Order: sequence, then structure tokens, then C-alpha cells
Amino acid sequence: MEVTVTVNGTAYERDVEPRKLLIHFLRDDLDLTGSHIGCDTGNCGACSIIVDGVLVKSCMLLAVQADGSEIETVEGLADGDRLTELQQAFSDHHALQCGYCTPGMLMSATALLRANASPSDEEIKKALQGNICRCTGYWNIFEAVKSVAR
Amino acid sequence: MTTVAPQVEIGRSTLGESVPRKEDRRLTQGQGVFVDDVKRHGMGYLHFVRSPYAHAHIASIDVSRAEEIKGVYGTLTGEEVAALTDPFFQIAGAPGGQIKDFSLAVGKVRYVGEPVVAVVAETRELARDASELVEVEYEPLPALVDARKALDPEAPVLHDDAGANLMWEGVYEWGDLDAAFAEADRVVRIPELHFHRFNSTPLECDGALVEYNRGTGQWTIHTNNQFPGFAAIMMGPAMRTGLDKLRFVTQDIGGGFGNKITSHPQLVVCCLLARKLNRPVQWTEWRTDFHLSMSHGNERWFRETEVAVKDDGTLLGFRTKALDDAGAWLRYEPLGGVIWAQVTPGMYRWRNIRVDFTQVATNKAPVSPNRGYSRMQHLWFTERVIDIVARELQLDPVEVRKRNYVRVEDMPYETPNGCVYDSGDYAQMLDIALDLIGWDSMNDRRADAAARGKRLGVGIGSTLDSGTNNFGQSRLINPELQFSGNNEVATVKLDIFGEIVVTLGTTPQGQGHETTAAQVVAEILNCSVDDVHVRAGHDSYWNSHAGFSGTYASQFAVTGLSAVKGATEMLAAEIKKLAGAVFGGVPADALELADGGVRIKESPDAFLPFMACGAIINANNAGLPDDLGVTLNCRYVYRPPFQVPDVERKFGNLTLTYAAQIHVAVVEVDPETGYYDIVDYAAVDDCGKRINPQIVEGQVMGATAQALGAAVHEVFSYDEDGNLLTPNFYDYHVPHALDMPRLQTGYVESPSPFTPLGTKGMGEGGGAGIHAVCAAIQDATGAVVTTSHNPYHRVWELLEETA
Repeated sequence: MEVTVTVNGTAYERDVEPRKLLIHFLRDDLDLTGSHIGCDTGNCGACSIIVDGVLVKSCMLLAVQADGSEIETVEGLADGDRLTELQQAFSDHHALQCGYCTPGMLMSATALLRANASPSDEEIKKALQGNICRCTGYWNIFEAVKSVAR
Repeated sequence: MTTVAPQVEIGRSTLGESVPRKEDRRLTQGQGVFVDDVKRHGMGYLHFVRSPYAHAHIASIDVSRAEEIKGVYGTLTGEEVAALTDPFFQIAGAPGGQIKDFSLAVGKVRYVGEPVVAVVAETRELARDASELVEVEYEPLPALVDARKALDPEAPVLHDDAGANLMWEGVYEWGDLDAAFAEADRVVRIPELHFHRFNSTPLECDGALVEYNRGTGQWTIHTNNQFPGFAAIMMGPAMRTGLDKLRFVTQDIGGGFGNKITSHPQLVVCCLLARKLNRPVQWTEWRTDFHLSMSHGNERWFRETEVAVKDDGTLLGFRTKALDDAGAWLRYEPLGGVIWAQVTPGMYRWRNIRVDFTQVATNKAPVSPNRGYSRMQHLWFTERVIDIVARELQLDPVEVRKRNYVRVEDMPYETPNGCVYDSGDYAQMLDIALDLIGWDSMNDRRADAAARGKRLGVGIGSTLDSGTNNFGQSRLINPELQFSGNNEVATVKLDIFGEIVVTLGTTPQGQGHETTAAQVVAEILNCSVDDVHVRAGHDSYWNSHAGFSGTYASQFAVTGLSAVKGATEMLAAEIKKLAGAVFGGVPADALELADGGVRIKESPDAFLPFMACGAIINANNAGLPDDLGVTLNCRYVYRPPFQVPDVERKFGNLTLTYAAQIHVAVVEVDPETGYYDIVDYAAVDDCGKRINPQIVEGQVMGATAQALGAAVHEVFSYDEDGNLLTPNFYDYHVPHALDMPRLQTGYVESPSPFTPLGTKGMGEGGGAGIHAVCAAIQDATGAVVTTSHNPYHRVWELLEETA
């Protein structure tokens, strides 16, 4: 089936199998490998992206369901070489080790801060609870997000 | 976070500073290269057909329907594997060493999820679909799930070649047990303790992209295997090929924690198929595949434990029978049968110890290293013993620990089995940890919790993170083995335009090697960390690896950074030698490195920038003295100072460093339901000199989080037929952001006297959180905690016991 999407401002048109997951479409068909796969069951959030302004786990959608949508992925966050405040905060606070969960974490936190620039501690943790990190124990991720909150 | 003042002065320059990680720029932008990101033209996707039975004969396999599908490139069966390869080398002698382990099941399956057939197709989806069409006829056999029944005469036998389910057994005895028990005022008896099965579940599963070069006969294996040196010595002989034909390439690895050491069987399958199908083969494990089949942590029982103690809590010794469940295959085992001995007495001064160690096979996934490998199980045991002894003697667990800890004045301390604890002050660490959680006000907090209907409990976990293995310990398992010592490699060079380029033999998975290596280089070359370029990842083409290269067993700060230090010192000496010649015979001690170059101390205007040095040697070298001996491309192999252990006495120093951790957990238990919260937590770490404190603290936090997950939630549990009940992140609950307690960290720096930088390997933390949570639950409920896994329903059972 024909799928037309805009990802990080670039339009793509591809013929995809109807059963192809959106995450595999992004990674394998569009070669946008920043979003990752950690579980296949929607638990880990490594594939989190923003579709038409809504945070989604891209392993829980088929590529064809995204037809006509505007997609944002981790690759679109930085402005050229200039990291977003949140990306920089992740580095400053050592909120990443292996970096595998990081793209999904960044997208979840980005979506949170867009919706709520001044989240409470509890709201930050709730916003991140759909993203699994096995390296950091979340403490530094929390600190990084909190440091960017107004 | 609270940080406690260091005990030693931090060195000058960036050693000891939390310089920003070099890795972060690419990783925060989704620009890392993980194994599934690597693609090649025409590659096929591999999917494994796996056993639905825990134990069964394979009556027949028919791949014809799968192969008929358009887009299916081909298949591989166990029969082909048995013809094309030899069984993997076994670390064990008889009986475990007699088993025949191939990369696909041959004739029989021995656990649910065991790979039986591999299918390669044009897409991931097609490979998966085609796998459904592979017809395997099984004749089910009774399954063995409980290791305690493995040696019963009626138990089903997994490996006929071994004759029974016994894989390895050995008796470790040091000191004088009879005298210790004669001297004891009391003998504390603990019938059974159980350490459960789990692993660190790195978020990225295993994978590879393998290319075969028909012209040279070489395989290039892009992978996330974290110990390519081990994979190579397993794969080469099995594949009947020299190691020069196996090129291992890694870049970013999405967590390892030991779980990515034993992917060599799957890598062999990829290699065989890349050759057979004449196309690149891509394999990415699915989450359920990982849970079913990859690197479960060692499940262990300690039975008939007896502890000789004095009435005042002085520990004289113990004896126990350890029973280790290896699962279906010995992929790294039975090394777990000796690794624990690195920390035989835990942190305590008891001198009389006997462990009868038995390892058996069961119809469960093979075990392999998992963060804290084998020491964690043993340290959990010693900590349980301490708290159970304290309970029985009605003594304060803090006082029992302090009375028996190895003391700072004993350092370096030789344990009963010849390990040499290098430095540390455990009692001081405990004081810091207790201070962090507010020990002085704990009675008030107990009363406050009681007023709210809760029971408060405090527990301590004292652990060692022994690092930098002496591989000679493998001979205690099998005296025929010819392994000993350890090594790691780094190269540091000055390129044509003065670029400082560093290559490591390691395979980091988030530990920030690029950053800390650059800090060490910058220190020696007296330049900026930003000027040091550390190549990302590992490539065995770079000639910057040795037999034990990899990232495992808490050693980079010792082996990796010592190699970097050695290579950089060689380079610094060569730069001075070159400059001395260029300046017309100036001796090295009259020169110094500064400001991105080398200069004469007494006349700093005589300055040769690194760019000039690199250009002269690499591109403008006519007229240099014939005997100059300078390449500005320096390779150094760090070899720790080890001796081969005494096999008869099972005696010797098994690791070079012994980092220490003291954790304290405070829990509040709801006596009605068994639900509990960890309401306060402190982790104090001593890993000697800290090169980058932020990275060190990150490791401390990560190890803590994994331990808390294991203590409360995580378990690979099987039903009686050998079905894994937790094959994904729905059923296998790992901690989420909302699960994490308040954490305070502290540290002490006791430099190791045995390492070039005073560092100690770290990162595993010995599962201190598991020990601390168990102790806290025991304190809160008043019941003896006998298992490492205490979900809420288990705590409810404990409450019932004491009701």
C-alpha cells in the first residue's frame, strides 16, 4: 500500500506491506534508525515518536495507519548541530549510558514539556513511566527533565 | 544526591573530574550505530524456529514448505550444523565437558526456546512467517525443572554423553573447620537459601550482521557481543577456521551487563548461512527470544549451611552445599563454580570455610554471566548468613558486621583462599551509609511508621565488586585448561595533522570508555580532552585487541585505562625523542609537553606542535637519524601482575581489585497485604581512584536499580513443564521511573596499591540492593528471609509465618 508521511519536515512516499509496523518502516524503509526497538510488546518505549503532535509508541502502529501524518523523531530534535535544551540536559546530568532508550526518553520528555512546561516531580515520573531504561535507574533522567522544566 | 567528602585528594587536571561524555552528542541525536542499524545490500533476515518443548527428541524436520515461499533465501538445520562444525569447546572436564554443544539443536531439544532451525528471508516478516511452515516433529520427554531433583535416580537425563545431570562438582575448603566448630559457642543452622533466576535484560537484544567474503574466506561479524575474544575462541575451532577469518566489529551496544557474552552459537548460525546463501545475513533477536534463551543469571541454592559463631557475634567460619542450576548448556559455565571464590569470605574475617559446590543441568535456558556474576549469589548468601546469625543471637546486624569486617589496618588483606583485598575501610563506608539514611533517628521513624499501621525495616548489603579476572581461576574448575592472567590493549598515535587517535580493545555498552580514555591521554600529553579522538567501538582489524579484550567483569578502569596509560606514555616518550633530534640533540628530560606540542623547558619558544611531529614522522621524514626508532604509533598491552593459582589448594589471587559497596535500604511493609515501599536508600561506593565521578556514580545507580528490580519484581520463573512464565516485559516487570525510591549516594576513595592509576574495576556492585532489601524485609517482618526474590505475595507469606 502507498504510504505518504512527513518525517521531521521531509516528505516520503513508499509502497509498504500492510502489516509492516511503523517502527520498522521508519528504521528499515526510511533509514531513520534513531528510534529503537526494545520489546515488541509496547512496554519499553524505545520507539516513542510524535505523530501529529501526539506521543506514540511506533511499534504499536502499522505504517499504513500513519498515512498522511506528520511525524517527529529524535533525528529532528536538534537544530543542525545545536542540541535542544533537553538533549543538552541529558548529557549534563548523565541521563544516558548506553543511549539505547535515550531517543524514546527524549521524545516522551519533549511531549511532556510541550504540553506542560512546569510539570511536578510526579508528572515527570508519570510521563517517563512508559519508557524503560536498564542503565541509569532513572534518577538522572528525572533530574535532566526537571532541570529543563520551568 | 548527597556526596560525601573524599578521603584522598583528587589529582590535578581532569583525572577525577566529571568531564562531559564524548559519546553523548551522537547518542542524544539518534546517531549512534547499534547493530540493527547496520544494513547491507541484499541482506537476508534470519529468524529462528524454536523448541516449544522443554525436553524432546526431534523425530523429523521438514523445511521444504518454508523454502518454497518466494523471498525465502534458505534454511539451516541442526543436521547441517553437525556436519559443518564441531561441538563447542567445553570449559568443564568430565562429566560436563563430555556434552556436545552445537549452535542448533541436534537430535534433541533441551529447553523451551532452543533454536532448532534458522530461516533467512527477504524481510523480517517473511522470515517469521516462513518459520511457521517449518515442520518439526517432536517426541516429548519428561522435563527437569527443579535443580534439587537433578541428581535423583529417576530424574530425566538431559545429556546422555555426560551420563547424568551432574555438570561439575568441587570441594573448596580452607582453614580448620573442625577447630572452628569446636571453638564456637553456637552453631547457627540454615536449612536452605535460594538465589533466584533473572538477568539484566539489556534494552537492546542480541544481534549481528554477518558478511562472508568468498575470496578471502573471511567473515565480518557486525555484532553487539561484548566479549569478542571469548566468542572467537569458541567459534574458530567449532567452525574449523583460524581466528584471522573472524573479524568482529562493534560500535554502540545497547546495554550488556554480561548477558551479551554468550551469543556465539547464534553468530555461528549467521556465519554458516552467510556462506551458504552467499549474502549478508542479519539477525536481531526479538524480546521474547532473549527472555527464552539468552544468558539467564545463575540460580543457586545453599543447603545445610552451618555457621560457627561466638556469643559476641564473632564469626569463625561456615560450611555450606551450593547447588547451581546451569540450565541446558554450559555456554560459559561451569565458571560460575569458581568465580564466587573471588569473594569467598565476603567482607568478613572468618578464616574457616568449606563450600561443596555442585552444578547441574536442567531443562531451562542456559545461564551465563549477569552483572555481579556468581559473586552476587555468594555475597547474597554471606549477607543472609550475617543477618540470620544476628537474629538468632539477638545482636544488632550493624554491630555483627563491624565486629567482623576486614579492617582498614588489615589491608592489603589475604583471604583464606589467597585473594588479596587491595584497600578499603568497610566500617567507615557503613557509617557513611547509615548516616545518609538517618540511622540516629530510626527509632522515631519506626514509631512513626507503626502509628500509620506500617512496619519499618532497615537492611544492609555489604558487597565487593571484584574486578580484573585472573583467568587462571578456570584451572580450579578444570586443571587441564591453559588459561591464566588477563590483558587489554590500546593504541595511541599522532597522525599527520597532529590528530591524537586512540583505539581500544574494549566493547563498551554505556560505560563511557571514549571519555575516560581521553581523560587519561590528555593528562599525559598535557592537552585538552577535546583534542583526543577515541575511536568508537571495537574492530579486530585494528590490531588493538588481545585474547581477553572486551568489556565485562569490572575491569576497564584497570585493564583498559592502564593500556591507554601505557600507550600514551610510550607516545609521549617518542614525541620527546623526535623533538630532541629536531632540536639538535636535546635530551628528553629537558623537554616537556604543553599547549598541544613539545618544548624545551628552559626556552619555551623552542616549540614543536603535535602537528609538526605528526607531519615529520608520517610525511616528511628524510634525514632523520637511522636509529631514531620513533613511529608515533604506539601499542601497549597491559598485563596485570598475576600468578597461576595453586590448583590443589584452590588458592591464589583471583582478581586484582576489590571495589566495595555498602547499601542500606529502609522499607515500610503493609502488614495486611505484604506490599512494601522502599522509602529510603543509600549507596556508598569505593572503587579507588575515580577518573570520572559522574560516570562512576551512574554505574552505582544503574547497579542499584537492577538489584532493586531483581529483589522485588524480576524473575525467570518456569512451570513444571519447563515453560517460561515471564517471556516479555509484560510478565517480567523491570523497574519504571515511578518505582524508584529516593536515593542518596556517597563514596570513599581508597586507591588500589596494585593498579597503575589507583583505580579499581567497578560497575557490578555485587547486587548489594538485593541483599539490603532482603535484610530490610527480615527486619520489618521478623521472619527469616530465605530467598533473594521477595515480591509482595512472598512478603505476605512471611508475615503469615510470624503472625
